[in-house]
Amino acid sequence: MLRTFLRLIAAICLAGVIGLWVTLGAEKGWTKTSVPIQKTDEITGIEYPVFENRFVPGLDFLVAGCAGSIFLAAVSFIPTTKRKKP
Amino acid sequence: MTTKLFATALLATVAVSAQAEPLTFDFKDPKGVNNIVFKLDAPLESINGTASGISGSVTADPSSPADVKGKIIVATETLHVPNPVMKDHLHGPKWLDVKTHPEITFELKKVSDVQRDGNSGTANVTGVFTLMGVSKEITVPVKATYLPGKLKARGGDVDGDLLVIRSNFKINRSDFKIQAGQNTDKVSEEIDISLSIAGAAPKA
Repeated sequence: MLRTFLRLIAAICLAGVIGLWVTLGAEKGWTKTSVPIQKTDEITGIEYPVFENRFVPGLDFLVAGCAGSIFLAAVSFIPTTKRKKP
Repeated sequence: MTTKLFATALLATVAVSAQAEPLTFDFKDPKGVNNIVFKLDAPLESINGTASGISGSVTADPSSPADVKGKIIVATETLHVPNPVMKDHLHGPKWLDVKTHPEITFELKKVSDVQRDGNSGTANVTGVFTLMGVSKEITVPVKATYLPGKLKARGGDVDGDLLVIRSNFKINRSDFKIQAGQNTDKVSEEIDISLSIAGAAPKA
């Protein structure tokens, strides 16, 4: 029962991590917590970034999430010794 | 206004003015538009960041455009990269050590090869660039645009002039003892710098 539960959690985690990574931009660099929005000053013509706080998961997030899911799944395959009934 | 002349004053640097007297442009921009973009393109990693804490001033005499004094200052702690861990490393003692070296400065020494085109112009500006406590004389290409009477148009109640300066140049981090020769696969030796700043000279 516990094995099935762990595998289910691992599958949900894996799907969630991949889904989140794809949905939030599939960033191939590091995870970002702020994103620059490019603006232009009308008078001087200077382009400048305004940073917006936004979580953009990167490859590090994807790798860590997949590793965690694999670990959970792997744990479910560890053999356990059955107690002998007295 | 025949008594009023003007010239494109260049600088990082030079200032062009409508009056025959030196103008001082203050580069501490309350609108937060002034910025510097830095890029490091290493084989394994590309790092893009910005700096916004820019201040300093430049004084130029239109009748003698090569006579430019001034200093541009960047607050090191305003260097920003989007990844928080990378930002901590960048500000930390192994890299820029912002607590020990709170400022990056460029002090103007000489302006040469001035070429004017109306209220704009280009020039090579030589100055002392100081980073991580190491000072080195460098020459950078600069494009300057003089915008007379445009200060009020940016908001506020004061009349005055603007000087917009743009420059792209490169420095080597090993010249400034920033982890010289280390981590070159992830942090490139060469740093591309793009500067876009505007200074204001309010009229008294």
